[in-house]
Amino acid sequence: MDNKSRNLEEEFQARIDAGENIEAKDWMPEKYRKTHIRQISQHAHSEVVGMLPEGNWITRAPSLRRKVALLAKVQDEAGHGLYLYSAAETLGISRDELMEQLNSGKAKYSSIFNYPSLTWADMGAIGWLVDGAAIINQVMLTKTSYGPYARAMVRICKEESFHQRQGYEIMLTLCNGTEAQKAMAQDALNRWWWPSLMMFGPRDEESPHTEQSMKWKIKRKTNDELRQQFIDQTVPQADLLGLTIPDKDLKWNDERGSYDFGPIDWEEFWNVVKGNGLCNRKRLKARNEAWDNGKWVRDAAVAYAEKQAERKVSKAG
Amino acid sequence: MKKEWPIWEIFIRSKNGLEHRHVGSLHAADAEMAIQNARDVYTRRQEGVSVWVVESKHITASNPEKSGELFEPAKDKVYRHPTFYNLPDEVKHM
Repeated sequence: MDNKSRNLEEEFQARIDAGENIEAKDWMPEKYRKTHIRQISQHAHSEVVGMLPEGNWITRAPSLRRKVALLAKVQDEAGHGLYLYSAAETLGISRDELMEQLNSGKAKYSSIFNYPSLTWADMGAIGWLVDGAAIINQVMLTKTSYGPYARAMVRICKEESFHQRQGYEIMLTLCNGTEAQKAMAQDALNRWWWPSLMMFGPRDEESPHTEQSMKWKIKRKTNDELRQQFIDQTVPQADLLGLTIPDKDLKWNDERGSYDFGPIDWEEFWNVVKGNGLCNRKRLKARNEAWDNGKWVRDAAVAYAEKQAERKVSKAG
Repeated sequence: MKKEWPIWEIFIRSKNGLEHRHVGSLHAADAEMAIQNARDVYTRRQEGVSVWVVESKHITASNPEKSGELFEPAKDKVYRHPTFYNLPDEVKHM
């Protein structure tokens, strides 16, 4: 590294240390740019793929009230994907490239969406647990150092709190219902609990990016800190529902002021990341079909816009 | 045909009496579609009463590397602020 770029890097780090935000046209180390493109686009892809397990239940929602709420939630997720893609594009990658990375399987998205949504109770569990975990991560990211990403997060967090509340309300209604309904809620919790804990990513000592991400204030808390925060806030919510968290090692630790919990099956996690989860192939297929089937619409819109522009010119001439 | 829709910057007036503020960007084939998409993306919770859309390529931004020479000259001109002037406490309404 020559002296000039070393100085630039030092200046850049000094700005981060002083709590300044970095904006799109500011100088930044290439690795900072690349890390952000990777992280923001993964986040965007997660919002987009995240629509699939819930979209599965829109037509089968048990009442109109539940249906409009679920529809609004899924629509929000499309919007969140868009805010995030826009933030990624400020770093010099195009939307088409981002789509290509998702559709080809080159880019990752949150593994949680590779699990199937089998019953209506899954809509409750996803809102409560999956959105709950996402919110913890996203609240942290409102303070992230890259301005466009931080601003997208502020907007997303504002909209997302209804997502978790609607999920918890579904769980609450099922838990106050018949035996069978409560059993369905418990079954959903059993299936979504561990994958939700995995959403925070590998343990700190196994997470190669954490140190640099903390230094650049991309992340303000480590995976393990966020996971613990999620467990501590969620266990009392499960108690309130009268449901049992599927972890026999879970118990309050007075000394730490936190819950101790059992070992996470990281083999399962890596297996799903590598593409061998229950729904990986199905999700990618759905995305590719949506992209391919939408092609004529995208092309027609461009053709129409060009024709209109030409007409304007010929009229003016 | 392979063409990406252009990017538009979106500005929303949250209510009459306030200015339009930049809220983000989106892709659209033309201005009309940009307004419709902005309505769907940025005003789902009554965030606005008016939308401006500007194709991003029409915006000229100042260069961050020149921000020193552009903005620093204002730094030492404290006499442009009311607190620079010393007046006795007895002076009211000033």
